Amino acid sequence: MINRREFMAGAAVAAGLAGLGGCASAPSANPPAPFDVWNLHCHLYGLPGTTGEEKVANTLKIADRLGIHRLIFYMGMEVGSANPTPEALRRYNDECMAAIKPFHPRVLGFVYLNPEHVDFCLAEFDRCVKNGPLVGVKLWVARHCNLPELDSLVRRATELQAPIYQHTWMNNLGNKPGESTPQDLVELAARHPDAALICGHAGGDWERGIRIIRASKNVRLELAGFDPAAGVAEMAVRELGPERLIYGSDTGGRSFASQIAKVLGADISDDARRLTLGGNLRRMLQPILDAKGIRP
Amino acid sequence: MIVDVGVNLSRWPFRRLRGDEPGQLPAMLLERGVGQAWAGSFDGMLHMDIAGVNERLASECRRGGAGILIPFGSVHPKLPDWEEDLRRCAEDHRMPGIRLHPNYHGYTLDDPDFARLLKEAAARRLAVQLVLKMEDERVQHPLLRVPPVDASPLLGVIAGIPGLRLMILNGPGRLSKDAVVKLAAAGVHFDFAMHEGITGVARLIEQIGAERVVFGSHFPFFTWESARLKVQESGLDANTTERILSQNALRFLSR
Repeated sequence: MINRREFMAGAAVAAGLAGLGGCASAPSANPPAPFDVWNLHCHLYGLPGTTGEEKVANTLKIADRLGIHRLIFYMGMEVGSANPTPEALRRYNDECMAAIKPFHPRVLGFVYLNPEHVDFCLAEFDRCVKNGPLVGVKLWVARHCNLPELDSLVRRATELQAPIYQHTWMNNLGNKPGESTPQDLVELAARHPDAALICGHAGGDWERGIRIIRASKNVRLELAGFDPAAGVAEMAVRELGPERLIYGSDTGGRSFASQIAKVLGADISDDARRLTLGGNLRRMLQPILDAKGIRP
Repeated sequence: MIVDVGVNLSRWPFRRLRGDEPGQLPAMLLERGVGQAWAGSFDGMLHMDIAGVNERLASECRRGGAGILIPFGSVHPKLPDWEEDLRRCAEDHRMPGIRLHPNYHGYTLDDPDFARLLKEAAARRLAVQLVLKMEDERVQHPLLRVPPVDASPLLGVIAGIPGLRLMILNGPGRLSKDAVVKLAAAGVHFDFAMHEGITGVARLIEQIGAERVVFGSHFPFFTWESARLKVQESGLDANTTERILSQNALRFLSR
Protein backbone atom coordinates (compact mmCIF):
# COMPACT_ATOMS: atom_id res chain seq x y z
CA MET A 1 0.00 0.00 0.00
CA ILE A 2 1.11 3.53 -0.62
CA ASN A 3 0.30 6.97 0.76
CA ARG A 4 0.27 10.19 -1.22
CA ARG A 5 3.69 11.32 -0.06
CA GLU A 6 5.25 7.95 -0.88
CA PHE A 7 3.36 7.89 -4.15
CA MET A 8 4.76 11.20 -5.28
CA ALA A 9 8.19 10.39 -3.87
CA GLY A 10 8.10 7.20 -5.90
CA ALA A 11 7.50 9.27 -8.98
CA ALA A 12 10.71 11.17 -8.42
CA VAL A 13 12.71 8.05 -7.62
CA ALA A 14 11.37 6.17 -10.61
CA ALA A 15 12.31 9.06 -12.83
CA GLY A 16 15.74 9.41 -11.31
CA LEU A 17 14.98 13.06 -10.69
CA ALA A 18 14.36 15.33 -7.79
CA GLY A 19 11.49 16.83 -9.78
CA LEU A 20 8.83 16.08 -7.24
CA GLY A 21 10.89 17.07 -4.26
CA GLY A 22 8.18 19.38 -2.99
CA CYS A 23 5.63 16.63 -2.97
CA ALA A 24 8.09 14.19 -1.55
CA SER A 25 8.96 16.34 1.42
CA ALA A 26 10.18 14.80 4.65
CA PRO A 27 7.59 12.67 6.43
CA SER A 28 5.70 14.36 9.22
CA ALA A 29 5.63 12.99 12.76
CA ASN A 30 2.27 11.39 11.99
CA PRO A 31 2.43 10.19 8.42
CA PRO A 32 -0.89 9.36 6.83
CA ALA A 33 -1.93 5.74 6.67
CA PRO A 34 -1.28 4.05 3.33
CA PHE A 35 -3.75 4.05 0.47
CA ASP A 36 -5.05 0.73 -0.77
CA VAL A 37 -5.89 1.68 -4.35
CA TRP A 38 -8.74 -0.14 -6.09
CA ASN A 39 -9.39 0.77 -9.71
CA LEU A 40 -13.02 0.19 -10.59
CA HIS A 41 -12.81 0.59 -14.34
CA CYS A 42 -10.55 -1.31 -16.73
CA HIS A 43 -11.15 -2.81 -20.16
CA LEU A 44 -9.18 -5.38 -22.08
CA TYR A 45 -9.22 -3.44 -25.32
CA GLY A 46 -6.50 -0.87 -25.82
CA LEU A 47 -4.07 -2.69 -23.53
CA PRO A 48 -0.65 -3.98 -24.53
CA GLY A 49 -0.64 -7.68 -25.27
CA THR A 50 -2.34 -10.22 -27.48
CA THR A 51 -4.33 -12.55 -25.26
CA GLY A 52 -6.57 -11.35 -22.46
CA GLU A 53 -4.30 -12.95 -19.89
CA GLU A 54 -1.27 -11.22 -21.38
CA LYS A 55 -3.08 -7.88 -21.40
CA VAL A 56 -3.97 -8.15 -17.73
CA ALA A 57 -0.45 -9.25 -16.81
CA ASN A 58 1.08 -6.28 -18.66
CA THR A 59 -1.44 -3.89 -17.19
CA LEU A 60 -0.70 -5.04 -13.66
CA LYS A 61 2.96 -4.19 -14.21
CA ILE A 62 1.96 -0.70 -15.34
CA ALA A 63 -0.44 -0.35 -12.41
CA ASP A 64 2.45 -1.23 -10.09
CA ARG A 65 4.34 1.84 -11.33
CA LEU A 66 1.57 3.98 -9.86
CA GLY A 67 0.89 1.97 -6.74
CA ILE A 68 -2.50 0.77 -7.95
CA HIS A 69 -3.28 -2.44 -6.13
CA ARG A 70 -6.41 -3.90 -7.55
CA LEU A 71 -8.12 -3.75 -10.91
CA ILE A 72 -11.68 -4.50 -11.92
CA PHE A 73 -12.30 -5.47 -15.54
CA TYR A 74 -15.46 -5.72 -17.61
CA MET A 75 -16.49 -6.27 -21.21
CA GLY A 76 -14.46 -8.25 -23.74
CA MET A 77 -11.48 -8.03 -26.04
CA GLU A 78 -13.21 -5.50 -28.29
CA VAL A 79 -15.52 -2.55 -27.67
CA GLY A 80 -18.20 -4.20 -29.78
CA SER A 81 -21.69 -3.06 -30.64
CA ALA A 82 -23.54 -0.55 -28.51
CA ASN A 83 -26.34 -3.09 -28.39
CA PRO A 84 -24.66 -6.49 -28.10
CA THR A 85 -26.48 -9.76 -28.78
CA PRO A 86 -26.67 -12.50 -26.15
CA GLU A 87 -24.00 -14.41 -28.06
CA ALA A 88 -21.68 -11.43 -27.99
CA LEU A 89 -22.32 -10.81 -24.30
CA ARG A 90 -21.53 -14.41 -23.46
CA ARG A 91 -18.30 -14.23 -25.44
CA TYR A 92 -17.27 -10.94 -23.81
CA ASN A 93 -17.95 -12.29 -20.34
CA ASP A 94 -16.03 -15.47 -21.11
CA GLU A 95 -13.11 -13.38 -22.35
CA CYS A 96 -13.20 -11.27 -19.21
CA MET A 97 -13.34 -14.28 -16.87
CA ALA A 98 -10.50 -16.04 -18.71
CA ALA A 99 -8.33 -12.94 -18.68
CA ILE A 100 -8.65 -12.27 -14.96
CA LYS A 101 -8.54 -15.88 -13.78
CA PRO A 102 -4.75 -16.15 -13.23
CA PHE A 103 -4.74 -12.92 -11.26
CA HIS A 104 -7.89 -13.38 -9.19
CA PRO A 105 -8.58 -11.92 -6.65
CA ARG A 106 -6.09 -9.10 -7.16
CA VAL A 107 -8.03 -8.61 -10.35
CA LEU A 108 -11.81 -8.83 -10.17
CA GLY A 109 -14.52 -8.55 -12.80
CA PHE A 110 -18.11 -7.47 -13.42
CA VAL A 111 -20.57 -9.18 -15.74
CA TYR A 112 -21.55 -7.17 -18.83
CA LEU A 113 -25.32 -7.21 -19.45
CA ASN A 114 -27.75 -5.66 -21.92
CA PRO A 115 -31.27 -4.93 -20.66
CA GLU A 116 -32.60 -5.54 -24.16
CA HIS A 117 -32.24 -9.27 -23.44
CA VAL A 118 -33.59 -9.57 -19.91
CA ASP A 119 -34.13 -13.32 -19.67
CA PHE A 120 -30.72 -14.06 -21.12
CA CYS A 121 -29.13 -11.53 -18.80
CA LEU A 122 -30.73 -12.99 -15.69
CA ALA A 123 -29.25 -16.35 -16.66
CA GLU A 124 -25.93 -14.74 -17.57
CA PHE A 125 -25.85 -13.02 -14.19
CA ASP A 126 -26.33 -16.36 -12.48
CA ARG A 127 -23.68 -18.02 -14.65
CA CYS A 128 -21.06 -15.35 -14.11
CA VAL A 129 -21.84 -13.86 -10.69
CA LYS A 130 -24.02 -16.23 -8.64
CA ASN A 131 -22.16 -19.30 -9.82
CA GLY A 132 -19.06 -17.68 -11.28
CA PRO A 133 -16.19 -15.43 -10.22
CA LEU A 134 -17.59 -12.01 -11.13
CA VAL A 135 -18.73 -9.62 -8.42
CA GLY A 136 -20.78 -6.84 -10.03
CA VAL A 137 -22.71 -5.72 -13.10
CA LYS A 138 -21.67 -3.43 -15.93
CA LEU A 139 -24.31 -1.69 -18.02
CA TRP A 140 -23.23 0.41 -20.98
CA VAL A 141 -25.24 2.17 -23.67
CA ALA A 142 -27.74 -0.35 -25.02
CA ARG A 143 -30.81 1.00 -23.21
CA HIS A 144 -31.59 3.95 -20.98
CA CYS A 145 -31.34 2.72 -17.44
CA ASN A 146 -34.61 4.26 -16.27
CA LEU A 147 -36.60 1.77 -18.37
CA PRO A 148 -38.65 -0.90 -16.56
CA GLU A 149 -36.66 -3.67 -18.27
CA LEU A 150 -33.89 -2.89 -15.82
CA ASP A 151 -35.95 -3.72 -12.76
CA SER A 152 -35.59 -7.50 -12.69
CA LEU A 153 -31.84 -7.24 -13.33
CA VAL A 154 -31.41 -4.74 -10.53
CA ARG A 155 -33.47 -6.88 -8.16
CA ARG A 156 -31.35 -9.94 -8.94
CA ALA A 157 -28.09 -8.05 -8.45
CA THR A 158 -29.34 -6.52 -5.23
CA GLU A 159 -30.29 -9.94 -3.84
CA LEU A 160 -26.66 -10.91 -4.21
CA GLN A 161 -25.44 -7.48 -3.08
CA ALA A 162 -23.65 -7.01 -6.38
CA PRO A 163 -22.95 -3.38 -7.28
CA ILE A 164 -24.21 -2.10 -10.62
CA TYR A 165 -22.00 0.16 -12.69
CA GLN A 166 -24.01 2.24 -15.14
CA HIS A 167 -22.16 4.24 -17.81
CA THR A 168 -23.60 7.77 -17.89
CA TRP A 169 -22.80 10.79 -19.99
CA MET A 170 -24.28 14.16 -20.89
CA ASN A 171 -22.65 14.96 -24.19
CA ASN A 172 -23.03 18.42 -25.72
CA LEU A 173 -22.59 16.83 -29.11
CA GLY A 174 -25.37 14.33 -28.47
CA ASN A 175 -25.62 11.05 -26.57
CA LYS A 176 -25.84 7.66 -28.24
CA PRO A 177 -29.45 6.48 -28.66
CA GLY A 178 -29.48 4.24 -25.57
CA GLU A 179 -26.90 6.16 -23.55
CA SER A 180 -28.01 6.91 -20.02
CA THR A 181 -27.69 10.18 -18.17
CA PRO A 182 -27.30 10.61 -14.41
CA GLN A 183 -30.96 11.63 -14.36
CA ASP A 184 -31.92 8.24 -15.80
CA LEU A 185 -29.91 6.57 -13.05
CA VAL A 186 -31.54 8.66 -10.35
CA GLU A 187 -34.94 7.45 -11.58
CA LEU A 188 -33.76 3.85 -11.40
CA ALA A 189 -32.29 4.45 -7.95
CA ALA A 190 -35.62 5.78 -6.68
CA ARG A 191 -37.30 2.50 -7.64
CA HIS A 192 -34.52 0.45 -6.00
CA PRO A 193 -33.41 2.18 -2.83
CA ASP A 194 -31.47 -0.89 -1.68
CA ALA A 195 -29.48 -1.27 -4.87
CA ALA A 196 -25.80 -0.30 -4.92
CA LEU A 197 -25.55 1.90 -8.00
CA ILE A 198 -22.55 3.64 -9.51
CA CYS A 199 -22.88 6.68 -11.73
CA GLY A 200 -20.14 6.03 -14.28
CA HIS A 201 -17.98 8.92 -15.52
CA ALA A 202 -19.82 11.29 -13.17
CA GLY A 203 -22.03 11.91 -16.18
CA GLY A 204 -19.07 13.41 -18.06
CA ASP A 205 -20.28 16.92 -17.35
CA TRP A 206 -19.42 16.44 -13.68
CA GLU A 207 -20.57 19.81 -12.38
CA ARG A 208 -24.10 18.85 -13.40
CA GLY A 209 -23.71 15.14 -12.71
CA ILE A 210 -22.79 15.69 -9.08
CA ARG A 211 -25.84 17.87 -8.54
CA ILE A 212 -28.16 15.41 -10.26
CA ILE A 213 -27.24 12.47 -8.04
CA ARG A 214 -26.76 14.52 -4.86
CA ALA A 215 -30.08 13.56 -3.24
CA SER A 216 -29.93 9.89 -4.30
CA LYS A 217 -28.00 8.39 -1.45
CA ASN A 218 -27.66 4.93 -2.97
CA VAL A 219 -25.86 6.31 -6.02
CA ARG A 220 -22.07 6.60 -5.91
CA LEU A 221 -20.04 8.77 -8.24
CA GLU A 222 -17.25 7.30 -10.36
CA LEU A 223 -14.44 9.55 -11.54
CA ALA A 224 -13.19 7.66 -14.60
CA GLY A 225 -13.07 8.46 -18.26
CA PHE A 226 -13.04 12.22 -18.56
CA ASP A 227 -10.33 14.87 -18.57
CA PRO A 228 -8.42 15.46 -15.31
CA ALA A 229 -10.10 18.80 -14.72
CA ALA A 230 -9.02 20.29 -11.43
CA GLY A 231 -11.75 20.59 -8.84
CA VAL A 232 -13.89 17.55 -9.56
CA ALA A 233 -12.93 15.62 -6.43
CA GLU A 234 -13.19 18.75 -4.31
CA MET A 235 -16.73 19.48 -5.51
CA ALA A 236 -17.78 15.85 -5.19
CA VAL A 237 -16.51 15.57 -1.62
CA ARG A 238 -18.18 18.86 -0.73
CA GLU A 239 -21.55 17.99 -2.25
CA LEU A 240 -21.78 14.23 -1.75
CA GLY A 241 -19.50 13.63 1.19
CA PRO A 242 -16.35 11.52 1.02
CA GLU A 243 -18.12 8.16 1.11
CA ARG A 244 -19.77 8.31 -2.30
CA LEU A 245 -16.73 8.77 -4.54
CA ILE A 246 -15.01 5.95 -6.36
CA TYR A 247 -11.78 6.06 -8.36
CA GLY A 248 -11.65 4.35 -11.72
CA SER A 249 -9.61 4.94 -14.85
CA ASP A 250 -11.39 3.61 -17.97
CA THR A 251 -8.06 2.11 -18.99
CA GLY A 252 -6.89 1.45 -21.77
CA GLY A 253 -8.73 4.35 -23.45
CA ARG A 254 -7.50 6.55 -20.63
CA SER A 255 -4.25 6.47 -18.73
CA PHE A 256 -4.12 5.38 -15.12
CA ALA A 257 -2.22 8.61 -14.51
CA SER A 258 -4.69 11.25 -15.62
CA GLN A 259 -7.52 9.61 -13.74
CA ILE A 260 -5.81 8.94 -10.42
CA ALA A 261 -4.41 12.48 -10.56
CA LYS A 262 -7.96 13.77 -10.05
CA VAL A 263 -7.75 12.28 -6.56
CA LEU A 264 -4.05 12.55 -5.73
CA GLY A 265 -3.88 16.16 -6.89
CA ALA A 266 -7.11 17.24 -5.21
CA ASP A 267 -7.33 19.54 -2.23
CA ILE A 268 -9.18 17.02 -0.08
CA SER A 269 -8.31 15.34 3.19
CA ASP A 270 -6.23 12.17 3.20
CA ASP A 271 -9.24 10.40 4.70
CA ALA A 272 -11.37 11.41 1.73
CA ARG A 273 -8.55 10.42 -0.61
CA ARG A 274 -8.25 7.01 1.04
CA LEU A 275 -11.98 6.39 0.76
CA THR A 276 -12.09 7.50 -2.87
CA LEU A 277 -9.08 5.48 -3.94
CA GLY A 278 -10.31 2.24 -2.48
CA GLY A 279 -12.14 2.35 0.81
CA ASN A 280 -15.55 3.11 -0.63
CA LEU A 281 -15.35 0.47 -3.33
CA ARG A 282 -14.03 -2.11 -0.92
CA ARG A 283 -16.91 -1.42 1.44
CA MET A 284 -19.37 -1.64 -1.42
CA LEU A 285 -17.99 -4.99 -2.57
CA GLN A 286 -17.38 -6.47 0.86
CA PRO A 287 -20.77 -8.22 1.20
CA ILE A 288 -20.49 -10.06 -2.10
CA LEU A 289 -16.80 -10.80 -1.54
CA ASP A 290 -17.66 -12.26 1.85
CA ALA A 291 -20.56 -14.25 0.43
CA LYS A 292 -18.31 -15.70 -2.27
CA GLY A 293 -15.42 -16.29 0.12
CA ILE A 294 -13.11 -13.99 -1.81
CA ARG A 295 -10.33 -12.45 0.28
CA PRO A 296 -8.60 -9.81 -1.86
CA MET B 1 14.16 20.36 -12.74
CA ILE B 2 10.93 20.21 -14.70
CA VAL B 3 10.15 22.68 -17.47
CA ASP B 4 6.38 22.87 -17.81
CA VAL B 5 5.56 24.36 -21.22
CA GLY B 6 1.82 24.71 -20.67
CA VAL B 7 0.54 26.65 -17.67
CA ASN B 8 -2.10 29.38 -17.60
CA LEU B 9 -2.46 32.53 -15.52
CA SER B 10 -5.58 34.54 -14.63
CA ARG B 11 -9.09 33.10 -14.44
CA TRP B 12 -10.78 30.30 -16.34
CA PRO B 13 -14.07 31.90 -17.47
CA PHE B 14 -16.39 29.26 -16.03
CA ARG B 15 -14.84 27.95 -12.82
CA ARG B 16 -12.52 29.08 -10.07
CA LEU B 17 -9.36 27.02 -9.94
CA ARG B 18 -6.88 26.41 -7.18
CA GLY B 19 -3.88 28.46 -8.27
CA ASP B 20 -5.74 31.26 -10.01
CA GLU B 21 -4.92 33.93 -7.43
CA PRO B 22 -1.90 36.08 -8.28
CA GLY B 23 1.25 34.49 -6.91
CA GLN B 24 -0.44 31.20 -6.07
CA LEU B 25 0.48 29.35 -9.24
CA PRO B 26 4.28 29.70 -9.07
CA ALA B 27 4.25 28.58 -5.44
CA MET B 28 2.30 25.47 -6.38
CA LEU B 29 4.63 24.77 -9.28
CA LEU B 30 7.72 25.18 -7.13
CA GLU B 31 6.27 22.73 -4.61
CA ARG B 32 6.03 20.22 -7.44
CA GLY B 33 9.60 20.60 -8.61
CA VAL B 34 8.94 22.85 -11.59
CA GLY B 35 11.91 25.11 -12.25
CA GLN B 36 10.51 26.88 -15.28
CA ALA B 37 6.94 27.28 -16.53
CA TRP B 38 5.83 28.81 -19.80
CA ALA B 39 2.73 30.78 -18.99
CA GLY B 40 -0.05 32.00 -21.21
CA SER B 41 -3.16 33.75 -19.99
CA PHE B 42 -6.69 32.40 -19.92
CA ASP B 43 -7.67 35.97 -20.79
CA GLY B 44 -6.04 35.52 -24.17
CA MET B 45 -8.86 33.22 -25.24
CA LEU B 46 -11.71 35.72 -25.11
CA HIS B 47 -10.50 39.22 -24.28
CA MET B 48 -10.32 41.71 -27.14
CA ASP B 49 -7.80 43.98 -25.41
CA ILE B 50 -4.98 41.58 -26.12
CA ALA B 51 -2.37 44.24 -25.47
CA GLY B 52 -3.73 44.61 -21.94
CA VAL B 53 -3.75 40.84 -21.47
CA ASN B 54 -0.10 40.63 -22.47
CA GLU B 55 0.92 43.56 -20.32
CA ARG B 56 -0.64 41.93 -17.24
CA LEU B 57 0.88 38.58 -18.14
CA ALA B 58 4.35 40.03 -18.50
CA SER B 59 3.99 41.97 -15.28
CA GLU B 60 2.73 38.99 -13.28
CA CYS B 61 5.50 36.77 -14.57
CA ARG B 62 8.11 39.41 -13.76
CA ARG B 63 6.82 40.48 -10.35
CA GLY B 64 4.99 37.46 -9.00
CA GLY B 65 6.50 34.62 -10.94
CA ALA B 66 9.04 33.56 -8.32
CA GLY B 67 11.61 33.56 -11.09
CA ILE B 68 10.08 30.56 -12.83
CA LEU B 69 7.30 31.96 -15.03
CA ILE B 70 8.15 32.74 -18.65
CA PRO B 71 5.40 34.71 -20.40
CA PHE B 72 3.98 33.59 -23.75
CA GLY B 73 1.76 36.38 -25.01
CA SER B 74 -1.45 36.03 -26.98
CA VAL B 75 -1.77 37.27 -30.53
CA HIS B 76 -5.11 37.41 -32.33
CA PRO B 77 -4.49 37.79 -36.07
CA LYS B 78 -8.08 38.80 -36.74
CA LEU B 79 -7.82 41.93 -34.60
CA PRO B 80 -6.83 45.25 -36.16
CA ASP B 81 -3.13 45.99 -35.91
CA TRP B 82 -2.24 42.64 -34.37
CA GLU B 83 1.27 43.23 -35.65
CA GLU B 84 1.76 45.79 -32.88
CA ASP B 85 0.81 43.14 -30.28
CA LEU B 86 3.44 40.87 -31.77
CA ARG B 87 6.02 43.66 -31.71
CA ARG B 88 5.29 44.40 -28.05
CA CYS B 89 5.60 40.72 -27.13
CA ALA B 90 9.04 40.64 -28.70
CA GLU B 91 10.43 44.08 -28.01
CA ASP B 92 8.64 45.54 -24.99
CA HIS B 93 7.94 42.44 -22.93
CA ARG B 94 10.92 40.43 -24.17
CA MET B 95 8.84 37.31 -24.39
CA PRO B 96 10.47 34.26 -25.96
CA GLY B 97 7.26 33.17 -27.62
CA ILE B 98 3.54 33.54 -28.20
CA ARG B 99 0.54 31.29 -27.66
CA LEU B 100 -2.27 31.04 -30.22
CA HIS B 101 -5.92 30.01 -29.79
CA PRO B 102 -7.28 29.84 -33.37
CA ASN B 103 -10.55 28.19 -32.35
CA TYR B 104 -11.36 30.91 -29.80
CA HIS B 105 -10.24 33.62 -32.24
CA GLY B 106 -12.32 32.34 -35.10
CA TYR B 107 -9.89 31.39 -37.83
CA THR B 108 -8.71 28.19 -39.44
CA LEU B 109 -5.15 27.18 -40.12
CA ASP B 110 -5.50 27.64 -43.85
CA ASP B 111 -6.28 31.32 -43.28
CA PRO B 112 -3.57 33.49 -44.89
CA ASP B 113 -3.43 35.64 -41.75
CA PHE B 114 -2.30 32.60 -39.77
CA ALA B 115 0.56 31.95 -42.17
CA ARG B 116 1.52 35.61 -42.07
CA LEU B 117 1.53 35.56 -38.27
CA LEU B 118 3.80 32.51 -38.24
CA LYS B 119 6.18 34.21 -40.68
CA GLU B 120 6.28 37.39 -38.60
CA ALA B 121 6.86 35.38 -35.43
CA ALA B 122 9.70 33.45 -37.05
CA ALA B 123 11.23 36.68 -38.31
CA ARG B 124 11.18 38.06 -34.77
CA ARG B 125 12.63 34.82 -33.34
CA LEU B 126 9.46 34.24 -31.35
CA ALA B 127 8.55 30.62 -30.63
CA VAL B 128 4.91 29.74 -31.30
CA GLN B 129 2.67 27.56 -29.16
CA LEU B 130 -0.45 26.45 -30.98
CA VAL B 131 -3.21 25.31 -28.61
CA LEU B 132 -5.54 22.82 -30.28
CA LYS B 133 -8.16 22.98 -27.55
CA MET B 134 -8.66 24.10 -23.98
CA GLU B 135 -11.29 21.61 -22.83
CA ASP B 136 -13.32 18.61 -23.94
CA GLU B 137 -15.89 19.91 -26.39
CA ARG B 138 -18.43 17.40 -25.06
CA VAL B 139 -18.74 19.21 -21.76
CA GLN B 140 -18.30 22.87 -22.65
CA HIS B 141 -20.57 25.56 -21.32
CA PRO B 142 -23.74 25.54 -23.43
CA LEU B 143 -23.26 29.19 -24.38
CA LEU B 144 -19.63 28.79 -25.44
CA ARG B 145 -19.10 25.70 -27.53
CA VAL B 146 -15.77 25.92 -29.31
CA PRO B 147 -14.68 23.00 -31.51
CA PRO B 148 -11.01 22.02 -31.39
CA VAL B 149 -8.59 23.37 -33.98
CA ASP B 150 -8.40 21.34 -37.17
CA ALA B 151 -4.64 21.10 -37.53
CA SER B 152 -4.66 19.13 -40.77
CA PRO B 153 -3.51 22.13 -42.93
CA LEU B 154 -0.55 22.79 -40.64
CA LEU B 155 2.12 20.79 -42.44
CA GLY B 156 1.53 22.66 -45.67
CA VAL B 157 1.52 26.02 -43.90
CA ILE B 158 4.79 25.61 -42.03
CA ALA B 159 6.67 24.16 -44.99
CA GLY B 160 7.38 27.60 -46.35
CA ILE B 161 8.48 29.24 -43.11
CA PRO B 162 12.16 28.77 -42.35
CA GLY B 163 13.25 29.33 -38.78
CA LEU B 164 9.82 28.73 -37.30
CA ARG B 165 9.81 27.08 -33.87
CA LEU B 166 6.38 25.56 -33.37
CA MET B 167 4.95 23.59 -30.48
CA ILE B 168 1.49 22.03 -30.32
CA LEU B 169 -0.21 22.13 -26.93
CA ASN B 170 -3.19 19.97 -25.96
CA GLY B 171 -2.85 17.80 -29.01
CA PRO B 172 -2.49 15.76 -31.02
CA GLY B 173 -6.29 15.60 -31.01
CA ARG B 174 -7.71 14.55 -34.35
CA LEU B 175 -4.45 14.78 -36.23
CA SER B 176 -3.75 11.49 -37.98
CA LYS B 177 -0.79 9.47 -36.77
CA ASP B 178 0.87 10.06 -40.12
CA ALA B 179 0.42 13.83 -39.81
CA VAL B 180 1.88 13.80 -36.29
CA VAL B 181 4.94 11.92 -37.53
CA LYS B 182 5.43 14.33 -40.43
CA LEU B 183 4.98 17.41 -38.23
CA ALA B 184 7.50 16.05 -35.74
CA ALA B 185 9.91 15.35 -38.57
CA ALA B 186 9.47 18.99 -39.58
CA GLY B 187 10.55 20.06 -36.09
CA VAL B 188 7.17 20.54 -34.39
CA HIS B 189 7.15 19.66 -30.69
CA PHE B 190 4.19 18.15 -28.82
CA ASP B 191 3.18 18.20 -25.19
CA PHE B 192 1.03 15.44 -23.70
CA ALA B 193 -1.37 17.17 -21.33
CA MET B 194 -4.29 15.86 -23.39
CA HIS B 195 -2.59 12.81 -24.88
CA GLU B 196 -4.42 9.83 -23.44
CA GLY B 197 -4.34 6.05 -23.23
CA ILE B 198 -2.32 3.66 -21.13
CA THR B 199 1.42 4.50 -21.23
CA GLY B 200 0.49 7.27 -23.64
CA VAL B 201 3.76 9.17 -23.30
CA ALA B 202 5.78 6.07 -24.19
CA ARG B 203 3.56 5.47 -27.21
CA LEU B 204 3.96 9.09 -28.33
CA ILE B 205 7.71 8.72 -28.04
CA GLU B 206 7.59 5.51 -30.09
CA GLN B 207 5.66 7.41 -32.71
CA ILE B 208 7.72 10.61 -33.06
CA GLY B 209 10.90 10.12 -31.04
CA ALA B 210 11.79 11.41 -27.61
CA GLU B 211 13.33 14.64 -28.88
CA ARG B 212 9.99 16.14 -29.94
CA VAL B 213 8.05 15.46 -26.73
CA VAL B 214 7.82 18.08 -23.98
CA PHE B 215 6.18 18.24 -20.58
CA GLY B 216 3.02 20.36 -20.53
CA SER B 217 0.45 20.15 -17.77
CA HIS B 218 -2.40 22.50 -18.78
CA PHE B 219 -2.29 23.55 -15.13
CA PRO B 220 -4.28 24.83 -13.30
CA PHE B 221 -7.21 23.81 -15.52
CA PHE B 222 -5.97 20.24 -15.26
CA THR B 223 -4.60 18.84 -12.07
CA TRP B 224 -0.82 19.11 -12.45
CA GLU B 225 -0.17 15.59 -11.24
CA SER B 226 -1.80 14.16 -14.36
CA ALA B 227 1.10 15.06 -16.64
CA ARG B 228 3.72 14.06 -14.09
CA LEU B 229 2.15 10.68 -13.41
CA LYS B 230 1.82 10.00 -17.14
CA VAL B 231 5.61 10.06 -17.27
CA GLN B 232 5.81 7.67 -14.34
CA GLU B 233 3.20 5.36 -15.86
CA SER B 234 5.19 5.13 -19.08
CA GLY B 235 8.19 3.57 -17.35
CA LEU B 236 10.78 5.58 -19.26
CA ASP B 237 14.49 5.35 -18.58
CA ALA B 238 16.15 8.19 -16.69
CA ASN B 239 17.74 9.70 -19.76
CA THR B 240 14.50 9.84 -21.74
CA THR B 241 12.63 11.16 -18.74
CA GLU B 242 15.07 13.99 -18.31
CA ARG B 243 14.79 14.91 -21.96
CA ILE B 244 11.04 15.23 -21.91
CA LEU B 245 10.84 16.83 -18.47
CA SER B 246 13.26 19.62 -19.29
CA GLN B 247 15.99 19.22 -21.93
CA ASN B 248 13.78 19.19 -25.01
CA ALA B 249 11.96 22.34 -23.95
CA LEU B 250 15.15 24.20 -23.11
CA ARG B 251 16.67 23.18 -26.42
CA PHE B 252 13.52 24.25 -28.28
CA LEU B 253 13.77 27.76 -26.87
CA SER B 254 17.49 28.08 -27.42
CA ARG B 255 17.37 27.12 -31.09
